[in-house]
Amino acid sequence: MTPGFDNPVLGAQSSFRAMLHALSHPGRIIRLADLPAAPAPLAPAAGAAALAMCDADTLLWHDAGEQAAAWLRFHTGAPWGAPREARFAIATGAPPPLAGFCLGSDEAPQDGATLLLQVAGLEAAAGWLLTGPGIQHETALCVTGLPPGFVAERAALGALFPRGLDIILCADALIAALPRTTSIRERA
Amino acid sequence: MNAALTGYNFGYLDEATKRMIRRALLKAVCIPGHQVPFGAREMPLPYGWGTGGIQVTASVLGPDDVLKVIDQGADDTTNAVSIRRFFNRVAGVATTESTAEATIIQTRHRIPETPLSEGQILVYQVPMPEPLFRLEPRVAESTRLHAMAEYGLMQVKLYEDIARQGEVATSYNHPVMVNHRYLMSPSPIPAFDNPKMHMNAGLQLFGAGREKRIYAVPPYTDVRSLDFEDHPFKPVRAPHACAICGSEESYLDEVITDDQGGRMHVCSDTDYCASRPPV
Amino acid sequence: MYVSVKGGETAIGHAHAWLAEARRGDPALPELTVAQIEEQLALAVDRVMAEGACADRGLAALALKQARGDSTEAAFLLRAYRTTLPRFGYTLPVDTGAMAIQRRISSTYKDLPGGQVLGPTFDYTHRLLDFALAAEGLDPPPPAEAEQGAQRMPQVTEILAQEGLMAPDAPSNAEPPDLTREPLAFPANRALRLQAMARGDEGFLLSLGYSTQRGYGNAHPFVGEIRMGEVSVEIEPPELGFAIDIGDMVVTECQMVNQFVGNAEAPPQFTRGYGLVVGQNERKAMAMALVDRALRAPELGEEATAPAQSPEFVLYHCDNVESTGFVEHLKLPHYVDFQSELEKIRAIRARWFAERTE
Repeated sequence: MTPGFDNPVLGAQSSFRAMLHALSHPGRIIRLADLPAAPAPLAPAAGAAALAMCDADTLLWHDAGEQAAAWLRFHTGAPWGAPREARFAIATGAPPPLAGFCLGSDEAPQDGATLLLQVAGLEAAAGWLLTGPGIQHETALCVTGLPPGFVAERAALGALFPRGLDIILCADALIAALPRTTSIRERA
Repeated sequence: MNAALTGYNFGYLDEATKRMIRRALLKAVCIPGHQVPFGAREMPLPYGWGTGGIQVTASVLGPDDVLKVIDQGADDTTNAVSIRRFFNRVAGVATTESTAEATIIQTRHRIPETPLSEGQILVYQVPMPEPLFRLEPRVAESTRLHAMAEYGLMQVKLYEDIARQGEVATSYNHPVMVNHRYLMSPSPIPAFDNPKMHMNAGLQLFGAGREKRIYAVPPYTDVRSLDFEDHPFKPVRAPHACAICGSEESYLDEVITDDQGGRMHVCSDTDYCASRPPV
Repeated sequence: MYVSVKGGETAIGHAHAWLAEARRGDPALPELTVAQIEEQLALAVDRVMAEGACADRGLAALALKQARGDSTEAAFLLRAYRTTLPRFGYTLPVDTGAMAIQRRISSTYKDLPGGQVLGPTFDYTHRLLDFALAAEGLDPPPPAEAEQGAQRMPQVTEILAQEGLMAPDAPSNAEPPDLTREPLAFPANRALRLQAMARGDEGFLLSLGYSTQRGYGNAHPFVGEIRMGEVSVEIEPPELGFAIDIGDMVVTECQMVNQFVGNAEAPPQFTRGYGLVVGQNERKAMAMALVDRALRAPELGEEATAPAQSPEFVLYHCDNVESTGFVEHLKLPHYVDFQSELEKIRAIRARWFAERTE
């Protein structure tokens, strides 16, 4: 079993702050400072986010295999949940249909899941143009390694607001967030 | 841990409680203006005295943060002193009175005059998070109204004010629409401060401990004070200059100087006032 | 002048030093020990323990001493302490049927198995100040040794249920909600309502219960039974697989028997109002049972019109740590809001006068 955070209290705090910052500034690329030794195929950033946020009170879905499952269980105590009921989800490969995750209800939209979606690369470069709360004008984000059709599939959830799915893209030690309020325009 | 008070965790709260609050905070940022219920804990300060703000601050705070606490705009009012001392004891963090130097500012009833910059976090203490509570005290019912974005009640109330008094009667805690979707209580800040919430560079977090709700306004988010085309929202300040720094822009406290009707006006934001040359 | 409105560290320090002196009172008199409070102000300790939601008489006595006898402040001290305690596990449901009875009365049957046990009660005392208590060192004569009923005393409501006259409460193994972890949510089920009332303010519940007797809510209650005594508290650690006793505590239970006219699905029968309080506190257990029954109005198809029948009204306002905090927060500075009110009322007045001089 590989270790979690060097210092569980401070590691959780700094990872949470990075996620808070990322969700406050959608599309901005944030490097996590405290990284646990997450077993492959878990990205270190996804591992840090899960350790910081999950515990016995949060159902967790992931596709990362047995070794990662044991590591996540040991360090978080989070019980396994199917995509439809999980509050946190980690997709190391192509995710299941986004509309199949828990999206909350109109009265309790906060029940919508947070999806940690691993991608090959994140770059502050031409690709997407993001707008919405947290973005002053526009933010450019270039993401590599996403399944085709991702943008359209995610956009279809927009009509359900305030229900929705909040996505944190993870690449190695980097994260960039796509809260449900963010609109993505693809550069032609 | 560098906590000065032994026997307690960093930031007083246990880790499970912090995680629960942090999960609520992340969702609050994702749904601007929506009240997220959370399992508020009893704190060693009374409900109504900032327990929501304290729980939010305690969950956000790290050892590198610099904390500022204000009440009524001032760093040295008794409750601000008490809360600042609490965090100094349970987290050992650095504190400041300077708005610009702070990474986290916990506030009651004011937004500092000095504009926030990116990366700064403003934590509001909130007594009644539900903007509709005077019109609809049943929580189950107001929750339903938010779900449907049904805010006619509030529009009617404001309109009746205008019909009766010629203007909107709320001078503080004037409701705002966040990101064109959620009606939100800005907490009892003077209406003068409302425009500062709009497209603010800082992150605004709101904690209501007794009512067990957390909500947020992300940076650069549209925040409009409720009004009517023929009665646009007007922020009000006392029409005077600060007796200490001469400011004609800042929000003023009125101070009674004698029993003959003597008055003076001084900045409510003590840091702002002190940073300016005295008149 | 301006500086004097600012509080500051010094003022707080001085106030707290004064408080400590006032708490101690005249130093020529011996200081109260926590043990004395626990033994001799036992009902005050019980109240603090119940409203502080922490079953520890020693800590409750300490809180009372620190709070100068202010039971609401003491309950708050205890709550703020309990919330920092780690949670090791959950006890099994307590069996009040197996209680070691100190008091047990029924007002519905003259006699019943186990009998009526008056126990240590103020009932039937004449409320005459006992000036002998003002003198010290007089120990009361020991009471006659009561026969300790070792047998299980059936609850009156069980007896009624055998005849089918008492509407059964549906047994449930569902995980009860936990209001110390999750915020109140509505509709609140009965387990959550009872949980909130068990630590709710005695005075608030007493007044609400009383209101149901005066027509605010349709109550026709009888005290089926009140019992008070020790119950054992057990946990079942998963690694052991069997229950172990981790201690005893005193609880007071009240079961009120209420009329129910019946409806299309259920025949006419009695329904139960239930109160359970940690420690000895009959007044609160009875009030809680009245309010519990009142809150069941919707499930029994009764019209809910009175405050005691509104779950939101009762649950949001029964907690005295919450209510005292919010009422007392009004003494915090509100200069800023008041200033905005001043400017607003001046403007509105100016318009009012202008309109009348035109």
